[in-house]
Amino acid sequence: MQGRAPPKPERSSVRTVSRIAVNVFRESVRDRVLYNLVLFAVLLISSSYLLGQLTAGQDVKIIKDLGLAATSVFGLFIAIFIGIGLVSKEVERRSIYALLAKPISRTQFVIGKYCGLVLTLAVNVAVMTAALYLVLTYMTVTESAEFKAGWDAPGIDPALLKAIFLIFLQLAIVTAIAVFFSTFSTPILSAALTFGIYIAGHFNTDLKNFDRIVESKPAIWLARGIYYLLPDLSAFDVKTEVVHGLPVAAGYLLSTAAYGVLYVTAVLLLAMFIFSRRDFK
Amino acid sequence: MSRRGNPIVAVAAVLVFAAAVAVQVFRDRQFPRVITDTGRVLYVQSGAAMDRMVMEFDALASDVYWIRALQVYGGERLIKDRPRNYSLLYPLLDLATTLDPYFTIAYRFGAIFLSEPFPGGPGRPDQAEAILAKGLKAQPTKWQYYHDIAFVRYWHLKDYKAAASWFQRAADQPGAPNWLTPIVAVMQNAGGDRNAARLLWQQILGSDQEWLRRLAERRLQQLDTLDVIDQLERVVRNNPPPPGGQYSWRWLISQRALPGVPLDPTRTPLVIDPATGKISVSESSELQPMPDNPERPPS
Repeated sequence: MQGRAPPKPERSSVRTVSRIAVNVFRESVRDRVLYNLVLFAVLLISSSYLLGQLTAGQDVKIIKDLGLAATSVFGLFIAIFIGIGLVSKEVERRSIYALLAKPISRTQFVIGKYCGLVLTLAVNVAVMTAALYLVLTYMTVTESAEFKAGWDAPGIDPALLKAIFLIFLQLAIVTAIAVFFSTFSTPILSAALTFGIYIAGHFNTDLKNFDRIVESKPAIWLARGIYYLLPDLSAFDVKTEVVHGLPVAAGYLLSTAAYGVLYVTAVLLLAMFIFSRRDFK
Repeated sequence: MSRRGNPIVAVAAVLVFAAAVAVQVFRDRQFPRVITDTGRVLYVQSGAAMDRMVMEFDALASDVYWIRALQVYGGERLIKDRPRNYSLLYPLLDLATTLDPYFTIAYRFGAIFLSEPFPGGPGRPDQAEAILAKGLKAQPTKWQYYHDIAFVRYWHLKDYKAAASWFQRAADQPGAPNWLTPIVAVMQNAGGDRNAARLLWQQILGSDQEWLRRLAERRLQQLDTLDVIDQLERVVRNNPPPPGGQYSWRWLISQRALPGVPLDPTRTPLVIDPATGKISVSESSELQPMPDNPERPPS
């Protein structure tokens, strides 16, 4: 009897990564991470009623602002607080020994962990988007045509997806940074560093324009270098534009997305390099 | 294997919580706490500083400041036991519009709040114009902002020449409505005319903004009331009181000059001055402050 041919190395590698990713996703579901979706839904539905009483006709704008900001905040907390423990927890619990004893390379392990958390975030963002559109649909259906004529953009506006897409990419970058720190640092330090980089990433453009406030060439070069080193997270924020129905160029979306993918790849490669050199004794 | 919790503990928790609420209700009734007016505080007044603090959540923060601006404006208008203080209105609107430079309603509604004469508002058309000029920096082709500056110049500052110029600039912007061009001519020829004002407000009555329509309705009611007052003053002049007597509605009704006490559109009786026969809108009327009777804030 002829035995089954061994799987091709690439196919086997993809399968291993996807198994690790699915396990991370299952673990986050078991850890009740998706409970935040209930909180998000309650926040949106209750605020959609309350804001109507408070905002002089700006309830749809504020619901959009709130929905997009909440998607970003909830995702950020998941990315940081789960991301920082993805690798370091396995090391602390010493389960890393059992895992690495199996035919799993350290590269597959890091990529699998990262993909699992990105999958969790994707599910989160998708459900939050659906809830946001549901509330906006309700408001669009219940408001009079006269009232709706005063809105900057339609209630059910597909352009919101542009902002959500960039929020998701920003979360993917933050997750990569959290996983990177998780490969060599403790969870508390990783959280502090990831959060610090998230904040610095939003002030990045100041570094780019450093030449406007100093004359020293080395200082300008150093600032420019840090600008390129840190993630340019403010570029991923087009929430104000989409809420007001202002155009966001397809070229801008594509170039920002390409930057995001390349930055994530670079950070993950660095994480793999560091993790591959770690000595578990 | 998961353990089943003791239901008695859960029921006890609910009961103890209910008891805590009952004690709270009892205490609030027996020992009502005096609500002290601690005054409104705005910790950060710099829009640029706040913009940095809130990072990517600037739009949401601007909504918060917008809601606060509405609360300050609405809250002060309801105050009766102390002088109204609108000093936080401009900084709040400035913060809201710095955090979200495309927040159209904050510029437009804000300009109306700011220019409203005291005590209905702070009576600061200069600040209204400043906030609209800030809007024009963010969106230089937004005809609505030019229109609103024109309106502040026209309605509150009675500067008809400048108003005509701003209306012209509004009309020159892409997407501006056709009715702006005739308004420029009206403003240049008869800016102070009541019919010019009526024409303008009638155009605004067709706006897509509900709050602007409501404002236009109120302004048109004020203009109608001014017309009615003019007619009534003619009636008063034609029916003077007997020597030594006073002007009064009762006298005019007894002379069959009027069928009854005249009311303004909010169903509030108009007021006649017993000594001069001058007719005015009651201070208790919702039409106050009337456009020809602006009050200045206490200096």
